[in-house]
Amino acid sequence: MTASTVDQTPGRKSGFGGTLLTLLAWVIGITMFFPILWVVLTALKTEQTAFSMTPTFIFSPTLESFKSALAQGSGYWHYALNSVITALGSTLVGLALAIPAAYAMAFYPSKRTDFTLVWMVSTKFIPAVGVLIPVFLVYRSLGLLDTRLGLTMLFTSMNLPIMVWMVYSYFRDIPVDIVEAASIDGASTAQTMFRVILPLALPGLASTGLLALILAWNESFWSLTMTDYHAATLAVYTASFKSGEGLFWARLSAASVMTIAPIVVLGWFAQRQMVRGLTFGAVK
Amino acid sequence: MAIVELKNVAKRYDSMPGRKGNEHANAVEDFNLITRDGEFVVLVGPSGCGKSTTMRMIAGLEHNTAGEIRINGQDVSAVEPRDRDIAMVFQSYALYPHMSVYHNMAFALELKKTPKDEVKKRVQEAAKILDIEYLLDRKPRALSGGQRQRVALGRALVRQPQVFLMDEPLSNLDARLRVEMRAEITRLHRRLGVTTFYVTHDQTEAMTMGQRIVVMRDGRIQQIDTPYNLYERPVNRFVAGFIGTPSMNFLKADYQGGTLKGKGFSCTLNPHQQSALGDSAQCSQCWLGIRPEHLHQTEASTGGGRLEGAVEVIEPLGPVTMAQVRVGETLVTAQLAAHLEVQIGDTLTLAFDPDQIHLFDIESDRTLGLETDPASSVQATA
Amino acid sequence: MSAPPTNASPKRRAPTKRLMAPSVLFLLVWMIVPLAMTLYYSLQDYNLMMPDMRGFAGGLSYELLFTDPVFWDALLNTLLLVVTCLLITVVAGLALALLFNRTFVGRGIARTLAISPFFVMPVVTGLIWKYMLLDPVYGLFSWVMRSMGFEPIEWLSSYPLLSVVMMISWEWTPFALLILLTGLQSLPEDQLEAVRLDGANRWQEFRHIVLPHLGQVLYVVVMLESIFFLTSFAEIYATTSGGPGTATTNLPYYIYLGAFFQYDIGLSSAAAIGAVVLANICAIFLIRFVAGNLNAGSQR
Repeated sequence: MTASTVDQTPGRKSGFGGTLLTLLAWVIGITMFFPILWVVLTALKTEQTAFSMTPTFIFSPTLESFKSALAQGSGYWHYALNSVITALGSTLVGLALAIPAAYAMAFYPSKRTDFTLVWMVSTKFIPAVGVLIPVFLVYRSLGLLDTRLGLTMLFTSMNLPIMVWMVYSYFRDIPVDIVEAASIDGASTAQTMFRVILPLALPGLASTGLLALILAWNESFWSLTMTDYHAATLAVYTASFKSGEGLFWARLSAASVMTIAPIVVLGWFAQRQMVRGLTFGAVK
Repeated sequence: MAIVELKNVAKRYDSMPGRKGNEHANAVEDFNLITRDGEFVVLVGPSGCGKSTTMRMIAGLEHNTAGEIRINGQDVSAVEPRDRDIAMVFQSYALYPHMSVYHNMAFALELKKTPKDEVKKRVQEAAKILDIEYLLDRKPRALSGGQRQRVALGRALVRQPQVFLMDEPLSNLDARLRVEMRAEITRLHRRLGVTTFYVTHDQTEAMTMGQRIVVMRDGRIQQIDTPYNLYERPVNRFVAGFIGTPSMNFLKADYQGGTLKGKGFSCTLNPHQQSALGDSAQCSQCWLGIRPEHLHQTEASTGGGRLEGAVEVIEPLGPVTMAQVRVGETLVTAQLAAHLEVQIGDTLTLAFDPDQIHLFDIESDRTLGLETDPASSVQATA
Repeated sequence: MSAPPTNASPKRRAPTKRLMAPSVLFLLVWMIVPLAMTLYYSLQDYNLMMPDMRGFAGGLSYELLFTDPVFWDALLNTLLLVVTCLLITVVAGLALALLFNRTFVGRGIARTLAISPFFVMPVVTGLIWKYMLLDPVYGLFSWVMRSMGFEPIEWLSSYPLLSVVMMISWEWTPFALLILLTGLQSLPEDQLEAVRLDGANRWQEFRHIVLPHLGQVLYVVVMLESIFFLTSFAEIYATTSGGPGTATTNLPYYIYLGAFFQYDIGLSSAAAIGAVVLANICAIFLIRFVAGNLNAGSQR
């Protein structure tokens, strides 16, 4: 899933200048990544080495901080479980809603479906703060505040436009001929869907799900405003370190690493799909 | 086996404001045709003429907005494609990329809950006919273009449908394979005797394969006829120009006293042609059509037709040589002997037999003096 | 709007309404209805502390909003944040995209490292920067300053907005890089070859072929980033909490404070409408672009 390495400048000699540019690219890559690396390193230190005026680069790594961050009283597992449930849940609900809609839009296009698609995309641009207050008040009166269900639905609404768009664009990649061939072969709409379209779109559906998962996991605004403890995600958990005056840097780092690691790694694999989804197909 | 009947079939599109291009491309008007059982019918015409749309209406992939489509007497206009018992070969082949060749071919039968043994037997049979047994385990992406084409045919074959529909099935093949598959499809049709509709834009394909050919233009049928009749007796200038390669030459001619004349050419008509044109003034001008293969190099100034002009292009093809000669404003193509001893720029005199020319009305482009033969008339449904 | 007939999808009657209804309903309930309610609340005199004193207030909330100096601070901060972050991320992103559009040893890995910050949860970004990088005593930046013989800077208290800008830029430069790089790679090779055959040098090649090609990609990046920057929240929440004073209070944070700490629903709703309007100015252009793309794409 990493980019194809097409040589954009064939025939250009890469002499000394080329080497310099390569070096520069690497230095920048490492510099950009450094804060992440630094957190990982800090997480492997003891609190004493972590919290010092002169940073230590060479030390004997210890998993102490991870142990204490994962310890019974820390609550990590509670938040992690919430993150997993809400992120996975919203992804699944999102796919379940997006697939039929995208199917109609891609295979039975009309003015109405085109309009609906553009309308859906446009809802993505309503800033969350624009609906914060009513959502909070309604949730409060319905008892949805600080519930996983409530949060999952918010994540879904946040990701649904992107998901519909992405699934739509993957469906559009399936030649119409193949769908028609299936209908001539005697397949019903459902059979066409399950035996032809979904298998063909599976890689696309997977990357749509992946992107939704990443976005939901990293979502902070709704978690911070709509949850307190019961449904609170890792975003809330890590945010709680901001007031602890951060005396326990190693533990803070360990918690951060466990919060971001799965998603950063998933992100590495979803680079291309991010582009396709986040730019609504304007850039492929 | 089936008789397919199209009666006043039309496909009209709501005009869509703001859309660029020809809004009426692909539309079909007043299409009438009754096939014989087991006939091979070719629909031919330039792109956008509605030939594919017509086929897609027979398939049920598009709805006809008017008229009736009957298969064996049953009106199928409201029947879903899957219930029409037809098989279709697509231009893109439309193989299912995620299924092996075997499953591609078996898919339709599996959907119909055909017993496994039966499916296997029929797939093997079709594969054998098409010589693709060794490909059965492969996925489409591992096949060459020609192999995919065979699989697409096989998928249609397995179905044992009432009607075969083929939408430009050969246009993605290279020239050599195309000729090969052309013969193969014809052979298959002889063997199976299934009513077949075949869409192509290539008149050579149409002429070589079709038992009857429907020539279409701008959504309307121009002529339905056998290959021979289309060549010999085109009903209008469009059909005359479309059928035959290289195309027929057209010269604008003045008619006076039994002779057609124009800048650089003249032709004295035979008596029966003169009487066909009549003596009315309706044809003070008309189009003279003459096929390249009917022009001969000549020295003598004998009667009949002759034209002359400067040679602009010479194309030796081996068995014959094509020459393009500037006659008046028009560039006339002539198919001449292989050893043509002229240079570019030379003046060339060419003779032709008045019996081999075609005359068309200057306004309507309709063939003049064509004896009305019901079999070759446009409205063949009567 | 729909595709040309010959290769369009089957024109059978499909239950498109029923298939789209769940998604449409969902977005109506979770986005459009609340948006309408926000508009309604903004015309109400409504404070959660005094729920009984609720009533129609007309433009009162807006009047209060426009006379609240904190709102103007927040608006200014928001715009400053958006503009500076845009400048930094787009310029840096373009430079990096060009740098990474060459073939070199380990390009895939170097690029993956460079874009990783984008996948870091914003709250964690805030914490990493607040403590491990920007801490005036123990932070890495301070150590670097000290070892170079300078006085360490108290980033978050002396340059709070700049600190936030740095965090957001660190997160979003990778986004610009990723998208611009994809744009660069979609440039047809034959165009470059043609212009090289015409004797163009590297600068002319960039100026006349690459930049025009990137034009619409840049447009998309600017529009999307504007919308995201307008709604920055977590970074500020995790670091400065809008302070010191109102130095880093942007519109979203202002609304958050108004609703959750002053319980002033009317005022906060009015501010929220302001944020929506601001976002829409960017969104309209982008949506037009997407819709145009849709039509072009439907030609298949």
